[in-house]
Amino acid sequence: MDMNEIKEIFFQECEEQLAELESGLLRLNDGDTDPETVNAVFRAVHSIKGGAGAFGLDDLVSFAHVFETTLDCVRSNKLEASPDLLKVMLRSADVLSDLTAASRDGGTVEASRTSGLVAELEAYAKGQPLPGAAAPAAPAAPAPQSEAPESPVEEAPAPTDDSGFQPVPFSFDGIDDDDELAIGGGASVFTVRFKPRSDLYAKGNEAVLILRELSKVGELQVRCETDDLPSLDLLDPEGAYFSWLIRVETESDEEAIRQVFEFVEWDSAVEITAGADEEAFTAPDAMGEDQPMAAVPFDLSLLEDAPVVAAEAAAPESVPATQEPAQLAPANMPRAAKAIAAEAEKKEAAVPAVPAAPQTIRVDLDRVDRLINLVGELVINQAMLAQSVVENESGGSSAVNLGLEELQQLTREIQDSVMAIRAQPVKPVFQRMGRIVREIADMTGKSVKLVTEGENTEVDKTVIDKIAEPLTHMIRNAVDHGLEGPEKRTELGKNPEGVLKLSAKHRSGRIVIEIADDGAGINRERVKAKAIENGLITPEANLSDEDIDNLIFHPGFSTADKISDISGRGVGMDVVKRSIQALGGRISITSKPGKGSVFTMSLPLTLAVLDGMVVTVAEQTLVVPLTAIVETLQPEKSDIHSFGPSQRLIAIRDTFCPLVDVGNILNFRADLANPVDGVALLVESEGGGQRALMVDAIQGQRQVVIKSLEANYTNVPGIAAATILGDGRVALILDVDAVVTASRGQPLSPDMMLAATG
Amino acid sequence: MRTSGTGMLELMAFSLGDQEFCIEVVSVREIRSWTPATVLPHSPDHVCGVINLRGAVLPVMDLARRLGLAAAEPSQESVIIVTHIGNQIVGLLVDSVSGIFTVSTDDIHAAPDVSKTMNKHEIRGMIPRDELMVCFLQIEALFGTIESEAA
Repeated sequence: MDMNEIKEIFFQECEEQLAELESGLLRLNDGDTDPETVNAVFRAVHSIKGGAGAFGLDDLVSFAHVFETTLDCVRSNKLEASPDLLKVMLRSADVLSDLTAASRDGGTVEASRTSGLVAELEAYAKGQPLPGAAAPAAPAAPAPQSEAPESPVEEAPAPTDDSGFQPVPFSFDGIDDDDELAIGGGASVFTVRFKPRSDLYAKGNEAVLILRELSKVGELQVRCETDDLPSLDLLDPEGAYFSWLIRVETESDEEAIRQVFEFVEWDSAVEITAGADEEAFTAPDAMGEDQPMAAVPFDLSLLEDAPVVAAEAAAPESVPATQEPAQLAPANMPRAAKAIAAEAEKKEAAVPAVPAAPQTIRVDLDRVDRLINLVGELVINQAMLAQSVVENESGGSSAVNLGLEELQQLTREIQDSVMAIRAQPVKPVFQRMGRIVREIADMTGKSVKLVTEGENTEVDKTVIDKIAEPLTHMIRNAVDHGLEGPEKRTELGKNPEGVLKLSAKHRSGRIVIEIADDGAGINRERVKAKAIENGLITPEANLSDEDIDNLIFHPGFSTADKISDISGRGVGMDVVKRSIQALGGRISITSKPGKGSVFTMSLPLTLAVLDGMVVTVAEQTLVVPLTAIVETLQPEKSDIHSFGPSQRLIAIRDTFCPLVDVGNILNFRADLANPVDGVALLVESEGGGQRALMVDAIQGQRQVVIKSLEANYTNVPGIAAATILGDGRVALILDVDAVVTASRGQPLSPDMMLAATG
Repeated sequence: MRTSGTGMLELMAFSLGDQEFCIEVVSVREIRSWTPATVLPHSPDHVCGVINLRGAVLPVMDLARRLGLAAAEPSQESVIIVTHIGNQIVGLLVDSVSGIFTVSTDDIHAAPDVSKTMNKHEIRGMIPRDELMVCFLQIEALFGTIESEAA
């Protein structure tokens, strides 16, 4: 494995970490107070920083470092995760993502973006919320050490470096009055809760060793919590049930304690709080009498040869030491108390949690694709075998038939399972949209809240890769055109903050993605006026509301009066519709004036197989994608009307639809076939126009495996791809849109005129 | 022409009508018998169509037509030489395969400047062999630009 491969893995991991980071921040933004969420966010940034450092990506490291520092303050409850701070952090996450991308693909991120955020993050980290923090040069530890009795709270040390450590101001007045000060004047007390998970032991770590290491930092008072220990019959021999509550008196700072846990941080819950949790240490004594087995004060001198002060002496003495400062430093101590309370809450709630993460492996996509190809061949082979058995069937060989049937079921099952490997949740794409919304909301001065639903809906990776772009465009449109500005919304009695809802769900073998906004809805008058102005419709045209709504999908249509750089003219909804259709999908819109619009996309779950109608055209077998077909009909002679020199129209109910001879368009035959001898497939093409495609006969409907023609040949006009049918022959899959485009002549009907403008 | 000067080349000889041709063995993947191809719309004359090669869609070219020779109707005896051209796999329809032989690069003579239909860059040289003259083809030059031809 060379350096580049390792780097590639790093960037892959970065993407995961960035997703984790963003989702964590969003959860915090929604009021999540679980310390584990903060930890997850911190971990993500920390991992990126670590990896980036290894590869010498200095820009990334320095930004991640500042970010991490601020996050660390939040993590250690020194900084409250206010909405303002979270906004800065979300923007920082965006920049971090850009920096990562820039490091991977080359390019740069505007220095002003990073430096601005760095300044903001540093302001938060350097104690904007703490009044006495204006002197960053003040050394951290010495102040309390040298002048302990006199040092008032206000002169509390400010952070001196950007390591993220922010010492909690701590008064020692109370301690000094107490003669029984256990340790030297400069010591501070920390309470550490250390709860290893089974992973810690699985990785060959040992809690005792950690504790021994910790004993080098300062004097310990350790209590092992055994409450979680189940009865023997419920005991998982490899489980982790003990946790430790450790009181550390040390002259070092919190960072030193944290360092001890550095290597087990991810495999255990470590909570370090300044001050002592006396209750926790006094309680066991009381309990000790009736429950001799419960909590034994643990003397670490047993582990270490060097004598350490025995534990039990410290408990009563340290009571005033912490209670008094609590009164003297009201601004800070409650925070510690709160942290302990939060920790206690978390303990109650989270102990049975920590679910074992499902095991995953990282596999090269090429390998999966190869497997999928092989399974595709298997399906074809199975179909060929079945067909030849049917052809050679002399009757009676039911064992063969039975075996074949089982084979068919097995292959179908294998195919489904293999497809499932490629299936990925839409979550990453949805998360990216969060950023798009933020950016556009900033640009337009609108306040938007993005609500996502069904992020775990799974769909083939290729589909995921390809929906990002149309989705981005639709989101931009929704924010730019759909939602009103905050003033307008207030005027209308709506919440000034607009809501954009992005949801995904499975419905009848397809994935349905909806983008709903609660904005103004489509301004039908304006759309109609615009369409008339652009010559898309005649002023007399009588269109239903739905027809008008659908006009926005026509090429070159943009209702925005001014061209903004967000959703400017040129790439309109027609591009979105085309790219959705290229994926074999459909898009529709429903809109209620004043209430908002809903765009609904329905996409196939995979691009590897397709439901198609197998038809015969001029002795060639073709497959027409089922999604394109609206209905099939048998033309009557009376329905066919010649139009112009070579055009024919077919009357379908009350409309005339141009008839397209597929065989002629594809050059399979020079003359036009007689429509009465064939079958017409009514298809919907790009631009919403309908066409009747003439084919000679319909053979049936079946699921086909899509094979690329480009792999060994080149793109063929009118043909989307190829497939292999049960008889082993290659059949071509019709590109309906291309055929319809090729059939366009002069504008013959309003419908044709719409299409011709594209 | 290779610039390496001397060296041995392994070649596969095949016939088209009454003429002998050869290509480098290293570019041959396999040889298979003719199966009817699915016609591709709007394709050049020399493209027979596509066939199923164990699940892959393989385009088949009529080599005789491509070289401007009289095209023979593919029969049961016709064979398809499956070759690598660039990173694509292409089938070449020929009348029959004559065999494999080795030749020294010194024995490859430059092609004479006579043919109108055969461009000189499509021929790597002429090789005398058993009273016959074998034309050494540069298949990359013949089909390397499939895309631009078909477009």
